[in-house]
Amino acid sequence: MARNSILGVFAKSPIKPLEKHIRLVVKCSNQLIPFFTACHEQNWSEAAKIRRKISKLEQDADALKRQLRLELPGGLFMPVDRADLLELLTQQDKIANRSKDIAGRVLGRKLEIPTKLQEQFSVYLARCIEATEKAAEAINELDDLLETGFSGREVALVENMINQLDEIEDDTDLIQIALRKDLLALENDLNPVDVMFLYQIIDWVGDLADLAERVGARLEILLARK
Amino acid sequence: MDILLNSGSTLVIIAAVVGLFMAWGIGANDVANAMGTSVGSKALTIKQAIIIAMVFEFAGAYLAGGEVTSTIRKGIIDASFFIDSPELLVFGMISALFAAATWLLIASALGWPVSTTHSIVGAIVGFAAMGVSVDAVTWSKVGGIVGSWVITPLISGVIAFLIFNSAQKLIFDTDKPLQQAKRWVPLYMFLAGFVLALVTIKKGLKHLDLHIGNAEGFIYAIVTAIIVALIGKVFINRIQFDESAALKTHYANVEKVFALLMIVTACAMAFAHGSNDVANAIGPLAAVVSIVDNGGQIAAKSTIAWWILPLGGFGIVAGLAIFGHKVIATIGTGITHLTPSRGFAAELAAACTVVISSGAGLPISTTQTLVGAVLGVGMARGIAAINLGVVRNIVVSWVITLPVGAGLSIMFFWMMKGIFA
Repeated sequence: MARNSILGVFAKSPIKPLEKHIRLVVKCSNQLIPFFTACHEQNWSEAAKIRRKISKLEQDADALKRQLRLELPGGLFMPVDRADLLELLTQQDKIANRSKDIAGRVLGRKLEIPTKLQEQFSVYLARCIEATEKAAEAINELDDLLETGFSGREVALVENMINQLDEIEDDTDLIQIALRKDLLALENDLNPVDVMFLYQIIDWVGDLADLAERVGARLEILLARK
Repeated sequence: MDILLNSGSTLVIIAAVVGLFMAWGIGANDVANAMGTSVGSKALTIKQAIIIAMVFEFAGAYLAGGEVTSTIRKGIIDASFFIDSPELLVFGMISALFAAATWLLIASALGWPVSTTHSIVGAIVGFAAMGVSVDAVTWSKVGGIVGSWVITPLISGVIAFLIFNSAQKLIFDTDKPLQQAKRWVPLYMFLAGFVLALVTIKKGLKHLDLHIGNAEGFIYAIVTAIIVALIGKVFINRIQFDESAALKTHYANVEKVFALLMIVTACAMAFAHGSNDVANAIGPLAAVVSIVDNGGQIAAKSTIAWWILPLGGFGIVAGLAIFGHKVIATIGTGITHLTPSRGFAAELAAACTVVISSGAGLPISTTQTLVGAVLGVGMARGIAAINLGVVRNIVVSWVITLPVGAGLSIMFFWMMKGIFA
């Protein structure tokens, strides 16, 4: 009988699941902080435990992503473009994937961050994760954006958040450059293969902020259409 | 002609029973659509929805259902074709009722969203055009009715778009949405009260023999609307606002104010639905009664017998009470992503459109008008996702219903002619 009713007209909103997805993703990337702490303490069993947790969160995010895609068939009439929404989802998901890559690579090689770089690296990591949190904050405004019909003050508010996100990302770039320079100075004292992977890890952690910025950019495109 | 004198009362009883059944079907099934948005957005519990529907469906049917009933009774068919054989008109109207009721039953069992309005109009046109003569149908009138089916969803869509945008400007896109909501929501209540009261006073009360002048009518409507708004205001001031909810989502408290507004628009919707759809059940009955009462004379001027409108209202309420509970419960348990601020805009627009059509004597489809309103809110980017597939189904069912209603009614018409004549 439900099909006989007017309520069949209202399809499932993709907005709540999208917000839930980014919360999962950020929870996943957040685990990198205790993960690197455990690595620094050479507590590899703890690190392995956290890596499993990261992997689990990444899988959950993946499952949610797939479910959301299935629930967004063509033929829905939405205030935002469907393709934009799906692209945003893909970008969000990449943050979780990258977090999993980082944990996997570091644990697999039992890669240690040199003590001299440790402090700077922690700042770098924290700042990159801050970027993902900012992205999540902006995405979490989507339900309020819907309330205001994707216009007016709420849009200005979100745009402000996206600007802040860009600033954080710029900041991480600067830290990354400094970090690379310091690593260059240490290179001769380190195992060359480790150095290779250290560069990669620095890159990948930086990717978190890049991806977060791209989430912001996709959100901006989503708002700009129509 | 003899048949009307000999078995006139039998025919009236048959028509009354089928008409009552039809009204029952409308109450059981169709009302769920009118109340669905309120229940779906959690502004009303199922029990509250049933009570509101009972009171306002009956009020709408009784107070404002007269004009549409007249159209169904004598507007579609050219009575001059039946002067020599009024019994054919009686048979035809009963057949049309049978046809529409049968189709409603089949569609309900299969879960198809059909419009009772379309089936009854299709049925009446069917028996008249095929069973009697193509010229027996007042095609200009039918053209107007069918045209209104295209135009009314469009109009209600535009109204919904405007109402939704006005709420955005006045309430949502401001510094203090909650204060703005408290200030402006009573105005929307006023609007709902005013339109309903005005249509009722202008068009509905004719058959109660109350004669109210133009200016007086306006004043009464305004007074009624002010009373509605004041009562609303009192209730708004009594809402308990949740401070913690305000931190999590900005608009949770604003939606509480709109939930209250939605109770008013739900009443309006039930009233509008009653006023328009009651005619589908009792219009043909009214035709039968008037012919039999006049001993075969097809009186163009005769008024509707006093007991017919309340009978239709009673049938709708009975359907609601016995079966509608189940239907509305099915709706209530489904998850909808519809907040009161969207539901209200759609409901208010649809209710105004339907009730004005009722006043103008146009039989339209409440469900389609509501769908039009929902699309209007969607156009204003207010609804997360609208299932266009379902919208298409509703439109398709509307097109299919016309020939099916016509076919069934022709079949019943020949059967009745075989039995009685």
